[in-house]
Amino acid sequence: MKYSYFPGCSLKGLGRAYEESLLPVMKHLGVELEELEDWNCCGATAYMAVDEAKACVLAARNLALAEKRGDMPIMAPCAACYLVLNKTKHYFHDYPAMKETMDRALGAVGLRYSGDTPVRHPLDVLINDVGLEAIKQKVRKPLKGLKVATYYGCQLVRPYATFDDQYNPTTMDRLLEALGATIVRYPLKTKCCGGSLTGTVPEAGIRMVYILLNEAKKRGADCLATVCPLCQFNLDAYHAQVTSQYGSVLVPTVYFTQLMGLAFGLAEGGLGLNRAAIPFKWRPAAAESPKPVAA
Amino acid sequence: MASSAKMLMMEIQRTIKYDADRVKGFGQEVMKVPGCEQLEGCIQCGTCSGVCPLSIYMDYTPRQVMALTRADFKNEVLKSHTIWLCASCYACTVECPREIRITDIMYELKQRAIQEGFYPKRFPIPVLAREFSEMVKKNGRITEMLLVMKLFLKTNPLAALGNWRMGIDLMKTGRFSLATEKIKQRGDIARMLDATDAKKGA
Repeated sequence: MKYSYFPGCSLKGLGRAYEESLLPVMKHLGVELEELEDWNCCGATAYMAVDEAKACVLAARNLALAEKRGDMPIMAPCAACYLVLNKTKHYFHDYPAMKETMDRALGAVGLRYSGDTPVRHPLDVLINDVGLEAIKQKVRKPLKGLKVATYYGCQLVRPYATFDDQYNPTTMDRLLEALGATIVRYPLKTKCCGGSLTGTVPEAGIRMVYILLNEAKKRGADCLATVCPLCQFNLDAYHAQVTSQYGSVLVPTVYFTQLMGLAFGLAEGGLGLNRAAIPFKWRPAAAESPKPVAA
Repeated sequence: MASSAKMLMMEIQRTIKYDADRVKGFGQEVMKVPGCEQLEGCIQCGTCSGVCPLSIYMDYTPRQVMALTRADFKNEVLKSHTIWLCASCYACTVECPREIRITDIMYELKQRAIQEGFYPKRFPIPVLAREFSEMVKKNGRITEMLLVMKLFLKTNPLAALGNWRMGIDLMKTGRFSLATEKIKQRGDIARMLDATDAKKGA
């Protein structure tokens, strides 16, 4: 199992704990990731608001670079990158004028995109390529007693539901259950976190974060598990504003890959657990198997 | 007395739209854009406004923006807060019974508002979009902390001070990095974006 790894800007920046936990977890499962050479920003939601054609052209460069290197699927862990790359692929196939623009722009730098390379999310790869059985076998420290609210956010399942249900996604629930965790009922699992509004229109953005944290707290969750660096940042980094406006509703937010690393018994220092502003202090009980496992 | 004087200074606005307010052809133009074709079939059911997590902050609800766009009320939609409050969560798009891609229409309206300067200079959302695109054009990648700093400096430097706690947290957790992320083939990005424009002019 080998994939072209497209980290995106966040996994090298504010969301670096996602990469720090994703890489050792995938390695531990025998999934090979080769970082796409000289990848560029996917454009995210911001570029789409400035120029849609250019946004697609930027994303298409990454798709073309991946194709050039071979026939490996792309793995895009960031929900926004995942959506933009898939959207560009749709536009390439659905709109001849867009395809023509992409062909022309890529041609100007000697690249070509055929429209084939699959764009996959790590959750999709874990459930459908690796499989829950193989994952269960790697569990050394089950997450017994940990109550998790699984938070998928928007862009993993909207507008394209590629590998999970659009209204009630369950891949992360099943994955974390396989690690021994208890999933609490969390009806807001696909409600928007506010995106960049936390910074641009705090009156609205901070309230959206509060609603998500408050619900997780009411449901008795020990943590929220997320698949998106912007969701993690919003739910974690604005804790001071949330608390001053709405009181103490704080619940730590971790990447699902960090929970996997803990369950596999990987070296804690290598999972980016020290990156969060609201610290996640819960740890599983000692390993069931006596043999230590290297990261 | 004071309040009646204030009343006289208030700007009185007509709340009913007249035919003369329309910019004929605007709706048709938008509907030609990829992703915006289905707008014609909007039945004004209001599902979009109901599921939108931000409609409670909007001047026009998404349903109203759809109606105003289709009916050529260009100035009203391009000046509205609604297009900027849309966080691209796509809830409306997946719920719309007529399969109208409302999020993509919002993107198209944002682009037109930026092109034609229909927003206050220091309004943070379009400033963020602009700074973001300029950074990508220059470096090929986004350095998130640098983007956040630029946003605050260009819109509301005082707000940056209000976020001092976050700055400390980010430093303590090793996430406050201003080292610029760059790709090697930066010239390729510029050439590709130029080639995209060349097509448009043709």
